[in-house]
Amino acid sequence: MSIEVNSKPMDWIEDETIKQLLKRMNYTFPLVVVKIDSQVIPKAKYSETIIPDNSNVEVIHLISGG
Amino acid sequence: MSADKVAEKLKASTVGIAGLGGLGSNVAIALARSGIGRLVIVDFDEVEKSNLNRQAYDMEQVGQRKTEALMYNIEKMNPEVDVTAIFQKLEPDMMHFPFEDVDIVVEALDSAETKVAFIEEIMLKLPDKPIIAASGVSGIGKSERISIHKSGNFFLVEDREAPSSDDGILLAPRVGLFAYWQANTVLEILTEGLDVY
Repeated sequence: MSIEVNSKPMDWIEDETIKQLLKRMNYTFPLVVVKIDSQVIPKAKYSETIIPDNSNVEVIHLISGG
Repeated sequence: MSADKVAEKLKASTVGIAGLGGLGSNVAIALARSGIGRLVIVDFDEVEKSNLNRQAYDMEQVGQRKTEALMYNIEKMNPEVDVTAIFQKLEPDMMHFPFEDVDIVVEALDSAETKVAFIEEIMLKLPDKPIIAASGVSGIGKSERISIHKSGNFFLVEDREAPSSDDGILLAPRVGLFAYWQANTVLEILTEGLDVY
């Protein structure tokens, strides 16, 4: 009953959405790209996409400047 | 020796660059010098005096469109590069259009919000396209904190501890490190399998 978030093991919580996971991780919501098992999830679906058990979640954080 | 093969491969390749600021203008210059065949460069901005501390333009180009100014600068250093300059703001759902026929996409945008929107759209609409992005360019020194993160065909040159450019300074050396690392990664992907060291 665990997931990997950026290669770190974390507890899997039943029915947790991406939005809730980002909150749990204290990530700033608009500045990340999220992939679950290599599949990118559009921002519009963060509050409806449930994180499956054993999944590999990548949260890619972008910082301004160019 | 594989130098000819490398030249041939680069000549036959197209790279798209989104944003022509400190990252994009320097990526374009590095790829043009390396002998890339074609560049698709996209931006909607004009050169400002404040850009000259890190971007590949000069005083005489202040006020010009970055697309035009960069095309001119590339032409001067390597007239063999075929440049497609697109003066256009990248709007949601349409920002992948200029990059449909390129081999690799370079994300060289400014704000984190735009970076995220762009990367997400390219991943969704052009899923097989390699993307080379950059994050955390502002500041001085701390070169050793820069690294590259790979995830499938997404590559991010990043410093996770860097401040946002809203709070940090942007100057040529550090922005250049990121830009040249992006360009180097482009070459690495394009020459894969050619036995280059």
